[in-house]
Amino acid sequence: MKGGAAMEIWASQLFNGLSYSSFLLLIALGLAITFGLMKVMNMAHGDMIMIGAYVTYSTQLIFSSFMPQNMFDYYFLFSIPIAFVVTACIGWILEKSLIQFLYNRPLDSMLATWGVSLILQQIARTIFGAPNVAVKTPSWLDGGLQIAAVTLPYKRLFILVLVGLCLTGLYVYLYRTAAGRRMTAVTLNRQMASCLGVNTRKVDAGAFALGSGLGGVAGCALTLLGPVGPTVGTNYIIDAFMIVILGGIGNLKGTLIGAVVIGLISTFVEFGSSATIAKVVVFALIILFLQWKPFGLISTRSRALD
Amino acid sequence: MGKMTKNLFLMLVILTFMLAGCVGSNATNNESDTSDEKGEKGDTVKVGVLHSLSGTMAISEVSLKNAELMAIEEINEAGGVLGKKIEPVIEDGASDWPTFAEKAKKLLQSDEVATIFGGWTSASRKAMLPVVEQNNGLLWYPVQYEGMESSPNIFYTGATTNQQIVPAVSWLLENKGKKFFLIGSDYVFPRTANKIIKAQLKAEGGELLGEEYTPLGHTDYSTLISKIKAAKPDVIFNTLNGDSNVAFFKQLKDAGIGPKDMPVLSVSIAEEEIRGIGGDVLAGHYTAWNYYQTIDTPENKDFVEKYKAKYGEELVTDDPIEAAYFAVYLWAAAVEKAGSFDVDKVRAASDGIEVQAPGGKVKIEGSNQHTWKVVRIGEIQEDGLIKELWNSGEAVKPDPYLEGYDWAKGLSSGE
Repeated sequence: MKGGAAMEIWASQLFNGLSYSSFLLLIALGLAITFGLMKVMNMAHGDMIMIGAYVTYSTQLIFSSFMPQNMFDYYFLFSIPIAFVVTACIGWILEKSLIQFLYNRPLDSMLATWGVSLILQQIARTIFGAPNVAVKTPSWLDGGLQIAAVTLPYKRLFILVLVGLCLTGLYVYLYRTAAGRRMTAVTLNRQMASCLGVNTRKVDAGAFALGSGLGGVAGCALTLLGPVGPTVGTNYIIDAFMIVILGGIGNLKGTLIGAVVIGLISTFVEFGSSATIAKVVVFALIILFLQWKPFGLISTRSRALD
Repeated sequence: MGKMTKNLFLMLVILTFMLAGCVGSNATNNESDTSDEKGEKGDTVKVGVLHSLSGTMAISEVSLKNAELMAIEEINEAGGVLGKKIEPVIEDGASDWPTFAEKAKKLLQSDEVATIFGGWTSASRKAMLPVVEQNNGLLWYPVQYEGMESSPNIFYTGATTNQQIVPAVSWLLENKGKKFFLIGSDYVFPRTANKIIKAQLKAEGGELLGEEYTPLGHTDYSTLISKIKAAKPDVIFNTLNGDSNVAFFKQLKDAGIGPKDMPVLSVSIAEEEIRGIGGDVLAGHYTAWNYYQTIDTPENKDFVEKYKAKYGEELVTDDPIEAAYFAVYLWAAAVEKAGSFDVDKVRAASDGIEVQAPGGKVKIEGSNQHTWKVVRIGEIQEDGLIKELWNSGEAVKPDPYLEGYDWAKGLSSGE
């Protein structure tokens, strides 16, 4: 029986690892575009996540007061596209009003977006108050799938599916549509794309909006697992940067692998030791790895003169 | 757009921040005055109110500020202290410990306040401690904490360990089982608390199955929950702090562990925190405090009504709010008894001072400047309030160094 119990733990840890990875990936996906592809040190990405979470909260409030009771359970499905649109709009405004003046000035953009992050946090605090708010999980996400003795919570399965959809959507957009291809072209070689008639300014704004919108979707998912408050973004911004840098800047595949690696390592190390040790080990491994491969897991070769 | 304009734009942004920062501090700047005795001027007496009104701790501390202001207002309506109206000087500790020390210094030296009401985290108290001691000021600290401290310049109106954690462990051992699993955030309070719990478990026949710490702000608890599942404890003793609680309880519920299987007893979750986690997630788990909003006394009914009417119907009252509220009354009573605002005289008069707080009678213990309090264990309800299951009946004498417990010998000296 001892062997069976050990198998169970391994299986549930593997699931925990993958589930944590999927969540990390969702957080990092937007940043992989704004920071990875566009090279903007976007410190406000965490606050896009925060806004997404508050949009979910607001949708819940609206549904509970204006919609029939039986519709309430579906508020969460509506909140995802709403969060995407709201944060994408904020991202677009941000790009137009601030970021576009700061391209190629990474330090300035870092300071400026950090300032934006503080402003957004204070706005959230003014509107929703400083304490955390509670988001009620829709009942269809309560409980979990029981396989042998391992419980797979529906929420975590849902996040896995959500990440899958985001990733597929992003892939199709970037490599199969004209607009997406323009975006890829601009990020790979701005001057060349510009020479070929691509309106790079417009593409930049669109890309930044897309990245921010994905942050908003991550915020929706966050309400299922974690706290919702004005400063939640700061909990995740470091993890997100870590994943994008480890994966290799400018590369979505790298971000995917980076998230899976970090998620699995931290859950398994934590199981063998403690959460604090896991954090230390993950950071140490990343530092060592970047010594060996400074450009991350997958480095993009480009002919542009950076 | 030229480089010049860009620079201008950036400067504008920076300027906006600086302005935003100034507005907050300007609002509370009071011109200092000369007076014979601390804080007195004509027919008013100044007191400091020093809590984090911005930053991560603002979540909890704003409500303490509100409670203190409400008490000050009530005392003023009833005629003030020694015939003088209390004038609060509000400062923002900004969730930053050096700022607490700096603002405490400012309140004592330039505003010359008679006393300060303030703090939440142990770190902020530790930062203010040397300042109030050097300036011979007074600080009223209203939050439960890890004990092992007693400064002549601080009054502690929250619970020390023997008024919260120790009785909670005994209650769990008696009613819920012997096998314990300890989880906490990785900093001084949980580690000190767990040291005490471990010694107590050993002495009272409990069994420790695991002890885990997570960094502050940690939000993925799936692995920790796997460990708890594998260990199969009877109860989980929770000293997690802040946001981590939300993540832990949501994920615990998802993993299919309910209060029937493994109840969690928390010491950092009060009514205010429950609002941010959701009563549905927490229902059935336990807490240990000295006050609940549901306490059925006329004083409490009155208190809750007033608080809600003043600050919002949707708000709740909880233990630290009550402790901050009655701290002002205790100070006023001590001043009346001393017949003076002088710190030394107030301290000398403080022993045995008693007031009727919303949660029952509270009394200052002169020997260590803590308060006698009733210990209460409660069960969290679906609606976010807490139902009392057990209380100690009589107020428990504060014992910050746990001198009354044989098993605790060596804990305080080992620090």
